Amino acid sequence: MSEYLTSSDFMILMIKIIVIFGGVMGALVYLTWIERKVMARVQMRPGPTRVGPFGLLQPIADGLKFLFKEDVVPANANRFLYIAAPVVSLIPALLSFSVIPFGPWLQVTDLSVGLLFIFAITSLGVYGIVLGGWASNSKYPLMGAMRSSAQMISYELSLTLSVVGVLMIANTLSLNQLVMSQQRTWLGFIPRWNIFLQPVAFLIYVVSAVAETNRLPFDLAESEQELVAGWHTEYSSLKFAMFMLAEYANMVTVSALATIMFFGGWSGPLVGPHWLKAALPTFWFVSKIFLFIFFYVLLRSTIPRFRYDQLMNFGWKVLLPLSLANILATSFVVAIS
Amino acid sequence: MLETWVPVLIFFILVAGFGTVSLVLSYAFGPKKPDARKLSPYECGMRPIGSARERFSVKFYLVAMLFLLFDIEAVFLFPWAVVYRDLKLFGFFEMLLFIVVILAGYIYAWKKGALEWER
Repeated sequence: MSEYLTSSDFMILMIKIIVIFGGVMGALVYLTWIERKVMARVQMRPGPTRVGPFGLLQPIADGLKFLFKEDVVPANANRFLYIAAPVVSLIPALLSFSVIPFGPWLQVTDLSVGLLFIFAITSLGVYGIVLGGWASNSKYPLMGAMRSSAQMISYELSLTLSVVGVLMIANTLSLNQLVMSQQRTWLGFIPRWNIFLQPVAFLIYVVSAVAETNRLPFDLAESEQELVAGWHTEYSSLKFAMFMLAEYANMVTVSALATIMFFGGWSGPLVGPHWLKAALPTFWFVSKIFLFIFFYVLLRSTIPRFRYDQLMNFGWKVLLPLSLANILATSFVVAIS
Repeated sequence: MLETWVPVLIFFILVAGFGTVSLVLSYAFGPKKPDARKLSPYECGMRPIGSARERFSVKFYLVAMLFLLFDIEAVFLFPWAVVYRDLKLFGFFEMLLFIVVILAGYIYAWKKGALEWER
């Protein structure tokens, strides 16, 4: 054990962890800026402009402001659970980054069951929401938490089932090998990405992913017109910030998974000198994730919210049978080929 | 095998540490001026009516039960899908049988109205 802790492998591992953790945290903080700026442009507003050039220092100002705000714990809340809930929802959201390959070598660890690990971990995030909503001992948070948990477990089914089709083609659960299986091309220039083989699975995945992360048009859990802010109504200061951070982290995770499973992950054209070839995969991966996030924000700013019964019906009566049919069709085609 | 999980443990400690430090920081730096109104449950500025510890619709419970059943199905499908190319047609028919059984249960639940949110 002690020689492992001083070996060069361990040093490299620690550097990777620090780079990925730092990069992800920075990206998550700046996602708030991107979201506000894009939404503002859609609504013909300039968005944040005052703090720094183009409002670029706004996320830092927001963070500092969160830090110096009063940390209110409601009088009749369940104190322990109320305080623990933000951490409970933040840990699984950030932990999934430990298996995501940001490049051929930029990955903390390539678990052989990486995909299962991510699904298992991210589904724990619902505990943070339910505990937070229930422990607040207030009506809006409780309703938000109940809605959110029912919605998340309903869409988790179609989310996990949509992936099965991809697994049948790639035959692996390791995220790095999933990317490797999409390296080849058709006719020399069309990349062999799974989206061309599994378009239905991709659509199901994207819709379920938006619902999983409680984003508009599926943000029934917080729908500010009815429930104020949903399960985090009673939260303030950095606890609130942690819930927001967890939400953004989940957004990035599902976008990263979509990229890995359907868009060839970090694969892309490699040109130029040696150092550029080493850096380009990470660039391609981050760009693809960014496109997904951009799509998320556009969705949020253009599509109105679903009604709750429509939401549940859509998940159980449309997406679930569709994903089962997709599995059967894919398995049939793979079996006869 | 186990070595590949050590980085996950280290990452977990880092993330949990980050969360705990944030909690401590917001407790340490924030002002503390509690009063009875501020600490009461938020109900849009009105005086709270009744308690939040009330009963909620049984539908949520039903959804959770259905979720358990179908999620177990998904768990079975994952390993099957990974080794599917080796199983060939045998694997296809075996899983077809399994999915048909699940589908029968699904149709039964639908006909019984377990999937209707509003009635």
